[in-house]
Amino acid sequence: MSSFTDYLWAFVIGGAICVIGQLLISLTNLTPSRILVLFVTSGVILTALGLYEPLVEFAGAGAKVPLTGFGYSLAKGAIKGAMEDGVLGAFTGGITATAGGVAAAILFGYLNAVIFKPKTKK
Amino acid sequence: MNDLRKEEQRRYQNKVNERMPKSETALQCVKAFCVGGLICVIGQFLNDCAIVHMGLDKDMASTFTCIVLIFIAATLTGLGIYDKIGRFAGAGSVVPITGFANSIVAPAMEHRVEGYVMGIGANLFTIAGPVLVYGISASVICGLITCLIIA
Repeated sequence: MSSFTDYLWAFVIGGAICVIGQLLISLTNLTPSRILVLFVTSGVILTALGLYEPLVEFAGAGAKVPLTGFGYSLAKGAIKGAMEDGVLGAFTGGITATAGGVAAAILFGYLNAVIFKPKTKK
Repeated sequence: MNDLRKEEQRRYQNKVNERMPKSETALQCVKAFCVGGLICVIGQFLNDCAIVHMGLDKDMASTFTCIVLIFIAATLTGLGIYDKIGRFAGAGSVVPITGFANSIVAPAMEHRVEGYVMGIGANLFTIAGPVLVYGISASVICGLITCLIIA
Protein backbone atom coordinates (compact mmCIF):
# COMPACT_ATOMS: atom_id res chain seq x y z
CA MET A 1 0.00 0.00 0.00
CA SER A 2 1.33 3.42 -0.91
CA SER A 3 1.97 5.96 1.81
CA PHE A 4 0.77 9.56 1.77
CA THR A 5 4.10 10.73 0.35
CA ASP A 6 3.74 8.29 -2.58
CA TYR A 7 0.42 9.92 -3.42
CA LEU A 8 1.89 13.38 -2.98
CA TRP A 9 4.75 12.65 -5.41
CA ALA A 10 2.36 11.03 -7.88
CA PHE A 11 0.35 14.27 -7.78
CA VAL A 12 3.36 16.58 -8.08
CA ILE A 13 5.25 14.71 -10.82
CA GLY A 14 2.09 13.89 -12.79
CA GLY A 15 1.01 17.52 -12.54
CA ALA A 16 4.46 18.75 -13.56
CA ILE A 17 4.47 16.61 -16.71
CA CYS A 18 1.06 18.09 -17.61
CA VAL A 19 2.45 21.60 -17.06
CA ILE A 20 5.21 20.86 -19.60
CA GLY A 21 2.44 19.90 -22.05
CA GLN A 22 0.49 23.07 -21.22
CA LEU A 23 3.55 25.26 -21.80
CA LEU A 24 4.11 23.59 -25.17
CA ILE A 25 0.48 24.23 -26.15
CA SER A 26 0.38 27.82 -24.85
CA LEU A 27 3.79 29.06 -25.97
CA THR A 28 4.23 27.21 -29.26
CA ASN A 29 1.80 26.31 -32.03
CA LEU A 30 1.79 22.61 -31.20
CA THR A 31 -1.69 21.06 -31.39
CA PRO A 32 -2.80 18.55 -28.72
CA SER A 33 -2.40 15.64 -31.15
CA ARG A 34 1.24 16.60 -31.74
CA ILE A 35 1.72 16.85 -28.01
CA LEU A 36 0.49 13.25 -27.66
CA VAL A 37 2.93 12.03 -30.33
CA LEU A 38 5.77 14.06 -28.82
CA PHE A 39 5.13 12.74 -25.29
CA VAL A 40 4.94 9.08 -26.29
CA THR A 41 8.12 9.35 -28.37
CA SER A 42 9.98 11.21 -25.62
CA GLY A 43 8.84 8.55 -23.16
CA VAL A 44 10.39 5.86 -25.38
CA ILE A 45 13.65 7.79 -25.83
CA LEU A 46 13.99 8.72 -22.13
CA THR A 47 13.38 5.10 -21.14
CA ALA A 48 15.95 3.87 -23.67
CA LEU A 49 18.49 6.27 -22.14
CA GLY A 50 17.64 4.94 -18.68
CA LEU A 51 16.33 8.31 -17.47
CA TYR A 52 12.64 7.45 -17.06
CA GLU A 53 12.91 4.31 -14.91
CA PRO A 54 14.13 6.27 -11.83
CA LEU A 55 11.17 8.65 -12.21
CA VAL A 56 8.74 5.69 -12.26
CA GLU A 57 10.39 4.23 -9.14
CA PHE A 58 10.06 7.59 -7.47
CA ALA A 59 6.63 8.84 -8.55
CA GLY A 60 4.72 5.62 -9.42
CA ALA A 61 1.50 6.48 -11.23
CA GLY A 62 2.68 10.09 -11.48
CA ALA A 63 5.13 8.92 -14.13
CA LYS A 64 3.11 6.00 -15.54
CA VAL A 65 -0.26 7.67 -16.14
CA PRO A 66 0.93 10.53 -18.41
CA LEU A 67 1.52 9.44 -22.01
CA THR A 68 5.27 9.43 -21.45
CA GLY A 69 4.45 6.40 -19.26
CA PHE A 70 2.87 4.71 -22.29
CA GLY A 71 6.17 5.27 -24.10
CA TYR A 72 7.96 3.92 -21.05
CA SER A 73 5.94 0.68 -21.16
CA LEU A 74 6.57 0.34 -24.91
CA ALA A 75 10.33 0.82 -24.59
CA LYS A 76 10.66 -1.31 -21.46
CA GLY A 77 8.77 -4.15 -23.16
CA ALA A 78 10.87 -3.88 -26.33
CA ILE A 79 14.15 -3.87 -24.38
CA LYS A 80 13.03 -6.82 -22.25
CA GLY A 81 11.93 -8.68 -25.40
CA ALA A 82 15.24 -7.97 -27.10
CA MET A 83 17.17 -9.24 -24.07
CA GLU A 84 15.17 -12.48 -23.93
CA ASP A 85 14.31 -13.32 -27.54
CA GLY A 86 16.67 -11.19 -29.63
CA VAL A 87 15.44 -9.47 -32.80
CA LEU A 88 11.99 -11.10 -32.70
CA GLY A 89 11.59 -9.92 -29.13
CA ALA A 90 12.43 -6.37 -30.17
CA PHE A 91 9.41 -6.47 -32.49
CA THR A 92 6.96 -8.21 -30.13
CA GLY A 93 8.02 -6.77 -26.75
CA GLY A 94 6.63 -3.24 -26.98
CA ILE A 95 3.16 -4.09 -28.16
CA THR A 96 2.93 -7.10 -25.82
CA ALA A 97 3.60 -4.84 -22.83
CA THR A 98 0.97 -2.30 -23.86
CA ALA A 99 -1.55 -4.72 -25.42
CA GLY A 100 -4.04 -4.35 -22.55
CA GLY A 101 -4.22 -0.58 -22.80
CA VAL A 102 -4.40 -0.47 -26.59
CA ALA A 103 -7.07 -3.19 -26.76
CA ALA A 104 -9.10 -1.45 -24.06
CA ALA A 105 -8.82 1.90 -25.85
CA ILE A 106 -10.02 0.36 -29.12
CA LEU A 107 -12.92 -1.61 -27.63
CA PHE A 108 -14.21 1.08 -25.26
CA GLY A 109 -13.59 3.72 -27.91
CA TYR A 110 -15.64 1.80 -30.46
CA LEU A 111 -18.48 1.03 -28.04
CA ASN A 112 -18.76 4.62 -26.87
CA ALA A 113 -18.71 5.96 -30.42
CA VAL A 114 -21.52 3.54 -31.33
CA ILE A 115 -23.65 4.24 -28.26
CA PHE A 116 -23.34 8.00 -27.83
CA LYS A 117 -24.27 10.79 -30.23
CA PRO A 118 -21.96 13.82 -30.16
CA LYS A 119 -23.31 16.58 -27.94
CA THR A 120 -24.37 19.65 -29.83
CA LYS A 121 -22.04 22.50 -28.96
CA LYS A 122 -23.82 25.44 -27.38
CA MET B 1 2.14 67.34 -24.74
CA ASN B 2 -0.20 65.33 -26.95
CA ASP B 3 2.69 63.28 -28.31
CA LEU B 4 3.88 62.58 -24.82
CA ARG B 5 0.50 61.25 -23.84
CA LYS B 6 0.28 59.08 -26.93
CA GLU B 7 3.72 57.72 -26.24
CA GLU B 8 2.67 56.94 -22.69
CA GLN B 9 -0.47 55.20 -23.90
CA ARG B 10 1.51 53.14 -26.36
CA ARG B 11 3.94 52.08 -23.69
CA TYR B 12 1.09 51.17 -21.36
CA GLN B 13 -0.55 49.11 -24.08
CA ASN B 14 2.72 47.28 -24.71
CA LYS B 15 2.95 46.49 -21.03
CA VAL B 16 -0.61 45.18 -21.00
CA ASN B 17 0.04 43.02 -24.05
CA GLU B 18 3.16 41.68 -22.48
CA ARG B 19 1.39 40.65 -19.32
CA MET B 20 -2.00 39.46 -20.49
CA PRO B 21 -1.12 36.19 -22.22
CA LYS B 22 1.55 35.37 -19.66
CA SER B 23 -0.79 35.46 -16.67
CA GLU B 24 -3.32 33.49 -18.68
CA THR B 25 -0.67 30.88 -19.39
CA ALA B 26 0.28 30.77 -15.73
CA LEU B 27 -3.32 30.24 -14.67
CA GLN B 28 -3.77 27.55 -17.31
CA CYS B 29 -0.61 25.82 -16.03
CA VAL B 30 -1.99 25.76 -12.50
CA LYS B 31 -5.23 24.21 -13.76
CA ALA B 32 -3.32 21.65 -15.84
CA PHE B 33 -1.12 20.82 -12.85
CA CYS B 34 -4.07 20.22 -10.52
CA VAL B 35 -6.21 18.16 -12.90
CA GLY B 36 -3.26 16.18 -14.32
CA GLY B 37 -1.96 15.52 -10.81
CA LEU B 38 -5.40 14.42 -9.66
CA ILE B 39 -5.72 11.93 -12.55
CA CYS B 40 -2.34 10.48 -11.54
CA VAL B 41 -3.49 10.18 -7.91
CA ILE B 42 -6.56 8.25 -9.11
CA GLY B 43 -4.15 6.05 -11.07
CA GLN B 44 -2.02 5.48 -7.98
CA PHE B 45 -5.14 4.55 -6.02
CA LEU B 46 -6.30 2.06 -8.69
CA ASN B 47 -2.77 0.61 -8.77
CA ASP B 48 -2.87 0.12 -4.99
CA CYS B 49 -6.29 -1.54 -5.19
CA ALA B 50 -5.02 -3.92 -7.86
CA ILE B 51 -2.00 -4.95 -5.78
CA VAL B 52 -3.61 -5.11 -2.33
CA HIS B 53 -7.14 -6.34 -3.07
CA MET B 54 -6.70 -8.28 -6.30
CA GLY B 55 -3.24 -9.70 -5.65
CA LEU B 56 -1.87 -8.66 -9.05
CA ASP B 57 1.87 -8.25 -9.65
CA LYS B 58 3.38 -4.88 -10.57
CA ASP B 59 3.11 -5.17 -14.36
CA MET B 60 -0.45 -6.53 -14.30
CA ALA B 61 -1.43 -3.81 -11.83
CA SER B 62 -0.17 -1.15 -14.29
CA THR B 63 -2.17 -2.74 -17.09
CA PHE B 64 -5.26 -2.88 -14.87
CA THR B 65 -4.86 0.81 -13.95
CA CYS B 66 -4.42 1.73 -17.58
CA ILE B 67 -7.54 -0.18 -18.67
CA VAL B 68 -9.75 1.27 -15.93
CA LEU B 69 -8.59 4.85 -16.61
CA ILE B 70 -9.23 4.37 -20.33
CA PHE B 71 -12.69 2.93 -19.62
CA ILE B 72 -13.59 5.91 -17.41
CA ALA B 73 -12.24 8.48 -19.89
CA ALA B 74 -13.94 6.84 -22.89
CA THR B 75 -17.28 6.81 -21.08
CA LEU B 76 -16.91 10.41 -19.88
CA THR B 77 -16.10 11.43 -23.46
CA GLY B 78 -19.23 9.66 -24.69
CA LEU B 79 -21.32 11.47 -22.09
CA GLY B 80 -19.77 14.80 -23.10
CA ILE B 81 -18.25 15.35 -19.64
CA TYR B 82 -14.60 14.95 -20.66
CA ASP B 83 -14.89 17.88 -23.08
CA LYS B 84 -15.96 20.08 -20.18
CA ILE B 85 -13.02 18.89 -18.08
CA GLY B 86 -10.78 19.53 -21.09
CA ARG B 87 -11.99 23.09 -21.54
CA PHE B 88 -11.05 23.78 -17.94
CA ALA B 89 -7.84 21.77 -17.65
CA GLY B 90 -6.18 22.11 -21.06
CA ALA B 91 -3.11 19.88 -21.17
CA GLY B 92 -4.08 18.44 -17.76
CA SER B 93 -6.67 16.37 -19.62
CA VAL B 94 -4.60 15.78 -22.78
CA VAL B 95 -1.30 14.46 -21.44
CA PRO B 96 -2.53 11.63 -19.15
CA ILE B 97 -3.53 8.29 -20.72
CA THR B 98 -7.15 9.47 -20.35
CA GLY B 99 -6.41 12.04 -23.07
CA PHE B 100 -5.38 9.20 -25.35
CA ALA B 101 -8.74 7.49 -24.75
CA ASN B 102 -10.50 10.80 -25.39
CA SER B 103 -8.60 11.23 -28.66
CA ILE B 104 -9.91 7.83 -29.80
CA VAL B 105 -13.59 8.34 -28.92
CA ALA B 106 -14.08 12.00 -29.85
CA PRO B 107 -13.30 11.90 -33.62
CA ALA B 108 -15.09 8.54 -34.02
CA MET B 109 -18.23 10.03 -32.44
CA GLU B 110 -18.09 13.09 -34.68
CA HIS B 111 -17.97 10.91 -37.80
CA ARG B 112 -20.49 8.22 -36.82
CA VAL B 113 -22.96 9.36 -39.50
CA GLU B 114 -20.47 8.22 -42.15
CA GLY B 115 -21.09 4.61 -41.19
CA TYR B 116 -19.64 1.90 -39.00
CA VAL B 117 -16.57 1.13 -41.11
CA MET B 118 -15.33 4.35 -42.71
CA GLY B 119 -17.01 6.58 -40.12
CA ILE B 120 -16.37 5.08 -36.70
CA GLY B 121 -13.82 2.41 -37.63
CA ALA B 122 -11.46 4.67 -39.53
CA ASN B 123 -11.79 7.74 -37.34
CA LEU B 124 -10.97 5.90 -34.11
CA PHE B 125 -7.37 6.37 -35.26
CA THR B 126 -7.20 9.92 -36.59
CA ILE B 127 -5.14 10.99 -33.56
CA ALA B 128 -4.34 7.66 -31.90
CA GLY B 129 -2.92 6.36 -35.20
CA PRO B 130 0.06 8.74 -35.30
CA VAL B 131 0.65 8.16 -31.59
CA LEU B 132 0.84 4.39 -32.13
CA VAL B 133 2.94 4.76 -35.30
CA TYR B 134 5.60 6.87 -33.61
CA GLY B 135 5.44 5.11 -30.25
CA ILE B 136 5.64 1.57 -31.61
CA SER B 137 8.26 2.42 -34.26
CA ALA B 138 10.45 4.09 -31.66
CA SER B 139 10.07 1.11 -29.31
CA VAL B 140 11.07 -1.39 -32.04
CA ILE B 141 14.12 0.71 -32.94
CA CYS B 142 14.93 0.87 -29.25
CA GLY B 143 14.68 -2.95 -29.03
CA LEU B 144 16.86 -3.41 -32.13
CA ILE B 145 19.54 -1.12 -30.68
CA THR B 146 19.44 -3.24 -27.52
CA CYS B 147 20.03 -6.32 -29.71
CA LEU B 148 23.06 -4.65 -31.29
CA ILE B 149 24.49 -3.68 -27.91
CA ILE B 150 24.15 -7.09 -26.27
CA ALA B 151 25.22 -9.00 -29.41
